[in-house]
Amino acid sequence: MNWFQKLKNGLGKTSSKVTSQLSSLLGKSKIDAASVEEIEDALIAADLGTKSAIRLAASMRKYKFDESVTSDSLAAALSDGITEILEPVATPITIRDDVKPHVILLVGVNGSGKTTTAGKLAYQWRADGKSVMLAAADTFRAAAIEQLQIWGERTGTEVIAGMQGGDAAALAYTAMEKATVAKTDVLIIDTAGRLQNRTELMDELAKIVRVTRKLDLEAPHDSIIVLDGTVGQNAINQVKSFREVADVSGLIVTKLDGSAKGGIVIALAEEFGIPVHAVGVGEDLDDLQAFSARDFANALTGANQ
Amino acid sequence: MFDSLKEKLQDVFSGLAKRGVLSESDVDAALREVRLALLDADVALPVVKSFIARIRDGAIGSDVLRSVRPDQQVIKLVNDALTEALGGDAAPLNLATNPPAVILIAGLQGSGKTTTAGKLALRLRSRERKKVMLASLDVTRPAAREQLRLLGEQAEVGVLPEVDQETPGQIAKRALQAAKLQACDVLILDTAGRISIDEALMSELRDIKKLTDPHEILLVADALTGQDAVNTAEAFHNAINITGIVLTRLDGDARGGAALSMRHITGCPIKLVGVGEKQDALEDFDPARMAGRILDMGDVVALVEKAAETLEADEAERIAKRMAKGQFDMNDFLAQIRQIQKMGGLGGLMGMLPGIGKMQRQIAAAGFDDSMIKRQEAIILSMTKKERVSVNLLNASRRKRIAAGSGTSVQEVNKIVKQYQDMSRMMKKLGGKSGAAAMKAMMGNGMSSVGAAGGVMPDMDALSKGMGKLPNMPGMPGMPGGLKGGLPGLGGKPSKKKK
Repeated sequence: MNWFQKLKNGLGKTSSKVTSQLSSLLGKSKIDAASVEEIEDALIAADLGTKSAIRLAASMRKYKFDESVTSDSLAAALSDGITEILEPVATPITIRDDVKPHVILLVGVNGSGKTTTAGKLAYQWRADGKSVMLAAADTFRAAAIEQLQIWGERTGTEVIAGMQGGDAAALAYTAMEKATVAKTDVLIIDTAGRLQNRTELMDELAKIVRVTRKLDLEAPHDSIIVLDGTVGQNAINQVKSFREVADVSGLIVTKLDGSAKGGIVIALAEEFGIPVHAVGVGEDLDDLQAFSARDFANALTGANQ
Repeated sequence: MFDSLKEKLQDVFSGLAKRGVLSESDVDAALREVRLALLDADVALPVVKSFIARIRDGAIGSDVLRSVRPDQQVIKLVNDALTEALGGDAAPLNLATNPPAVILIAGLQGSGKTTTAGKLALRLRSRERKKVMLASLDVTRPAAREQLRLLGEQAEVGVLPEVDQETPGQIAKRALQAAKLQACDVLILDTAGRISIDEALMSELRDIKKLTDPHEILLVADALTGQDAVNTAEAFHNAINITGIVLTRLDGDARGGAALSMRHITGCPIKLVGVGEKQDALEDFDPARMAGRILDMGDVVALVEKAAETLEADEAERIAKRMAKGQFDMNDFLAQIRQIQKMGGLGGLMGMLPGIGKMQRQIAAAGFDDSMIKRQEAIILSMTKKERVSVNLLNASRRKRIAAGSGTSVQEVNKIVKQYQDMSRMMKKLGGKSGAAAMKAMMGNGMSSVGAAGGVMPDMDALSKGMGKLPNMPGMPGMPGGLKGGLPGLGGKPSKKKK
């Protein structure tokens, strides 16, 4: 099953809702003010947030429909609008050949899926024939280290781990050293979940970033925030704060195989223009897929592929 | 990110304030803002719609139309309705049954189930003196059972030993038997996270429910959740008829509209909230506070409580007396700076103040942040004891020495001296004025001295009046005006007052 199908399964419920909510628009010859409001509502219900929803819905007024609006043409129009916003930010992670290791730092709030994403990323690059190392820098949560170690076993990846309660920055540094000596292609650092308004925890994260730079000024080469697909408008604060502290350069959205729509990526793209690298659409190892703007927009709006 | 609803409503009504009578269209205009505020707070759209419709019915033809300050009336109306909708009275866990009382914990992946199970075990053991057993039915997530075992050890409660290759149903049965044998009062069952549309996993949950006949079925949900909260709540409620909700990550800065969505959809009370990473960070749900939070009215209760907690009453009184006599010196200034730090720094304070969203940005833009407070502290600490008592001693060479000693510049030393002088002058002037006015004056002063336009600050006086809840805004310790008169009133919890 390709990811569009998986995403569609998850978003299926949403798509039907988007179209069913907009049924009163069908047959009209153009989008009028009342219709714009309905579109707004449908988009807000998909977590786009009021700002993005209002802007996107208003842009539908300019859209040229042949004869009358059908559910297909409306979905296609919305999909076009969304694709236009997301196209520029849909960028996969590129592992650089000129640095060993290419350091990937995974950050985010608790429970967003960082450890699982670390495992899936390791799997993906191992499958590409790259050497990968995982660093268990979540030294806070009970059994977080064990969880990453299990992913290590599953993917045949070495896991650098210390003690629970240990210094996360020191662990990151050790992992950097080991990966540098071993000339590992990719080092994935899994960090503890932290809410972005907790200053002391954000300071710890800043320290992790600082120590990786002691060995490589450009590290981390990708600093990725992992967002839960069910997250609401708080994601904007999350991206803002993590960007300040950990120079977040891109994002991965997880759990999009559920009923959540993940429309927040549209708001994030408009607000920050931050690259969207991949989406998580299931619990299997290969359920992390490169992000495609058009596929996502189609799945969200129910437009045909 | 969001401008406060209060500011928006003030805008809506600004042209009407003097007229004193509101038409239906005025109410509608106000409710449009309320609607946006709720949506920005992640309250789900269908819930917002029905909530707004109810308020509208209540608003038209009622006090709002005769109100002198319509914006305040609307806020109060919305706030009251929201508090009501979030559940009037406290809803404690129901564990009255033949032991063991089974608590089943369910939710999406990453919502915080395992952590909540651990916190709940600790709470029941330490506060209610229950004998608790924890059992993990999560055979999916790697190391999930390990995590629960560690949390159980920390909470000093029994944990069901793991047996390989068991299904969740088998573990549940074994847990129930073990809990009975060991005469446990409570058995907490932690389940695997599941997406709401996975029929197979939902029916597994139904089976576990049948097997264990739980007394409480708690849906653990993340306060950061967006519009999907309704789908989640609906799916779990349809599958297993939950008895209550636990809202996690309320220590984040999300407005938490999911609380209203889920409460509305399921009709189930929010019983507990997770407010931190520590194992004792599980609290009772407070609807009034949550309402204020959703409306971005600031968590005033938390602010006042925090103030009461951290404030050393004797110290405060001492400073108040000295100020009254005009003896406010650098030591007192330092004490105040430290008070602010204790309360979580400026950021922490500002986050809790109502309607401060906009102001926070301006303050940040002006560089009036916690690092500045730290530098100020360093400067004062680099002064000699004599200098701290009589600032007039500070000539150019002393200032140079202080700058070098504190790692700052002479300009910064000058700035703090000027600030201090302004402040003590102001304090003499403000002898009898309200704390809010004093605070406003102080903030305005602080701001202009760091180069921001004092004029852009919102009217703190109006803010505090508008917040009917805050009879004594002087509750801001650390702010000079606050130390006069307002403090004794701090012990109470204004928001608990019946409206």
